[in-house]
Amino acid sequence: MTAVVARLRSFALFWYDFVIGDDWRIAVGVVAALGITYGVSRTSVPAWWILPVAVVLLLPLSLWRVARAARSASRSSRDATL
Amino acid sequence: MTHGALFFAVFLACAVEAVEATTIVLAAGTAREWRSTTIGLIAALVVLAGIVAVLGPAISSVPLRGLRLVVGALLLIFGLQWLRKAILRASGFKALHNEDQIFADEVAAATAAPHERRGFVTDWYAFTLSFKGVLLEGLEVVFIALTFGTNDHNVGLAAIAAAAAVLVIGGAGFAVRAPLARVPENAMKFVVGVMLTGFGAFWGAEGAGADWPGNDAALPIVVAVVALFSLGLVATMRRSAAIEPVRREMTMAADR
Repeated sequence: MTAVVARLRSFALFWYDFVIGDDWRIAVGVVAALGITYGVSRTSVPAWWILPVAVVLLLPLSLWRVARAARSASRSSRDATL
Repeated sequence: MTHGALFFAVFLACAVEAVEATTIVLAAGTAREWRSTTIGLIAALVVLAGIVAVLGPAISSVPLRGLRLVVGALLLIFGLQWLRKAILRASGFKALHNEDQIFADEVAAATAAPHERRGFVTDWYAFTLSFKGVLLEGLEVVFIALTFGTNDHNVGLAAIAAAAAVLVIGGAGFAVRAPLARVPENAMKFVVGVMLTGFGAFWGAEGAGADWPGNDAALPIVVAVVALFSLGLVATMRRSAAIEPVRREMTMAADR
């Protein structure tokens, strides 16, 4: 039973890693943007611009998180050295 | 999309994956033995062919709008993840993808692993290393070729582009019997990330019900905008990476 659970777990982890990747916020943001596009497309307002705007917001946000983590790691290592 | 654009997009994306798979297969064959490595390679290709045989007709039978919604979402998520890594590499926040280093690491791990025979496979480690490497990289090749081909009603051309990429890269790797470190893999990954993101945004929006101004003529503009925006992010992140050591020095001087 434990072996089966472990295999199922590793199978699920593989697909999570394959589809979602390193930053789950990107996947959530894309799905949310598609939902908003669908909602807006039902009205008379043009909806084509929503996904490009999502790209412009999601990508820098994800990069900014990595840069911030790198800065904080660099500060920690400096504090440890001093 | 023109035939040329479809061929180029699928060829480039599949070439990147083929470089990585070739490195793994070469490491397994060089450090262990070629017989089990080749069996692993063939077994993975058979599984991939089975996946194409099952998924191909299934995907083709999905209505185009629903297909574009799902495929657009997946391509956009894949593309943004690829772009994120490519921008981090280009700006110095992440180590560049180095096939020589990956090959050396794989060879070291393969050399240290114990030998085990299972059935007609004389070296189980070489078999699994080759099988997993080709299957995992091949899954992305299959996904890209099927989605691009189905969306453009030209699965045949997408399959030819994917096969050409695998043959060219695989052939080159086996001809030189060394990892293809000279292939500009990091730049290729950046371009593929831009294309996946651009195509994903275009198809995803269409699938969700949006109409692009100019219809298909908007696609190259979307890709160009994503490319320019990503290059701008690389420049900004590079400045940030360059400023950081200076800031660190200034802080240390102030502390002293």
